[in-house]
Amino acid sequence: MFIIPKEKEVPLGCITPAPVTEQTMMITGNWREYRPVIDQEKCNLCMNCIVYCPDACWQLNEAEDEVVWNAKYCKGCLICVNECTTEALSKAYELDFEDGVVRLEKPF
Amino acid sequence: MAVAVKTQNLPLIKKIRNIPREEYYVPGHRTCAGCGPALQYKLVAKAAGPNTIFLGPTGCMYVANASYLCTPYRVPWMHTQITNGGAVASGVEAAYQVLIRKGKREGELPNVIVMAGDGGSVDIGLQAMSAMMYRNHDALFVCYDNEAYANTGIQTSPTTPYGANTTFTPPGPAIPEGKKLFPKDPPQLVIGGHPAVKYVATASVAYPVDLMNKVRKALNVQGPTFLHIHAPCPKGWKFNESKTVEIAKLAIQTGMWILYEWENGEYKYQHKPREYKPVREYMKLQGRFAHLQEAHIAKMQAFVDAKLKAPGIPVAVPAPPPRAQA
Ligand SMILES: Cc1ncc(C[n+]2csc(CCOP(=O)(O)OP(=O)(O)O)c2C)c(N)n1
Ligand code: SF4
Ligand SMILES: [Mg+2]
Repeated sequence: MFIIPKEKEVPLGCITPAPVTEQTMMITGNWREYRPVIDQEKCNLCMNCIVYCPDACWQLNEAEDEVVWNAKYCKGCLICVNECTTEALSKAYELDFEDGVVRLEKPF
Repeated sequence: MAVAVKTQNLPLIKKIRNIPREEYYVPGHRTCAGCGPALQYKLVAKAAGPNTIFLGPTGCMYVANASYLCTPYRVPWMHTQITNGGAVASGVEAAYQVLIRKGKREGELPNVIVMAGDGGSVDIGLQAMSAMMYRNHDALFVCYDNEAYANTGIQTSPTTPYGANTTFTPPGPAIPEGKKLFPKDPPQLVIGGHPAVKYVATASVAYPVDLMNKVRKALNVQGPTFLHIHAPCPKGWKFNESKTVEIAKLAIQTGMWILYEWENGEYKYQHKPREYKPVREYMKLQGRFAHLQEAHIAKMQAFVDAKLKAPGIPVAVPAPPPRAQA
């Protein structure tokens, strides 16, 4: 009988570990062109950004008195800015720095 | 013979504030920014909770989520062919019934949920879905409707609306409106032909609390259930990705989408606008309708008006005569 030695066994490619809070093999934060910016003073915790984010990138903090943004995965779709009920959210260009801005002359 | 029955009673959610905090569809997936189907996935997974098994027929919610070794599903998930989501769900549910009967597994029967696209449910996946419902399997079949075969590059499907520009229905001199046919009616297809089905509902990403409660109601029911969820696709419908929820809301405000529940033969409607906006308001935001002429928009309005007179009940659609193009 032919036996494959243990060290040469091919792992089953079709069974994958399940993530718990994030899938670190697909980090999507670098997709963004614009980022949402929150003004905590204006936020009344209406929950819209939290429920409407397809990427679950807005969550309540532990004390449940502030919404927290996940920069690592936010793709910059800006649904949250569009659905914010209090104008606490606005958008900012990702590549604006204190010492200069970067703009694409022509979007590719 | 012990038969595994669900005793769970997932509580309904009263306010947006009480939406469960736990995520079961986590960040880290390749769906487009602003993807409606990804949003509904997050909401369905949240509503269903940890004792759930998802089955994913081929489509964006498989391909764009589960590339190679990375998947965003925190609960067990399995890929199925685009054609056989219903058949795999039947097998999974039947296997759990046997394990519980033989005492090899304790606890509640898991929530078995098929997350199929419109193609994977009411077109190429129709026979397996119908068979699952016919055989009375205890599973929820979700059709997330992005109104096209999106994953292969936006080809027309039976739920693509009249007048949409897709890669298989491009407008041109011979056919100026692009798509000529009016869509299938998925919930009516299920209600009409499957006596074992006791709960069917339509939902939308624009009304997340309503959506999650419908998921929970469907999961609390014994036997097959069906949800038809409107999930705008910024890539396929050609609109700005920040407008996914706005467009989903407009669909309801214009009557392009109707929210209802069908439970043991009775219809109940939700979020019915007091006055409907013209369908133009919905269509003008989407590039897939940009080529339409006034006469085409009027035809769409007439279709919606007829549907609204008897919401939830199929209307006779103006079908083109056979070989009209020849
Ligand atoms: C039998 C078969 N035919 C064709 C395909 C190619 N295919 C892969 S994804 C897809 C589109 C699926 O559309 P839908 O079910 O609506 O899901 P969506 O991509 O829109 O989310 C198609 C046609 C396939 N995988 N299997
Ligand atoms: S093509 Fe549409 S359905 Fe597919 S990932 Fe992109 S937005 Fe989502
Ligand atoms: Mg589709």
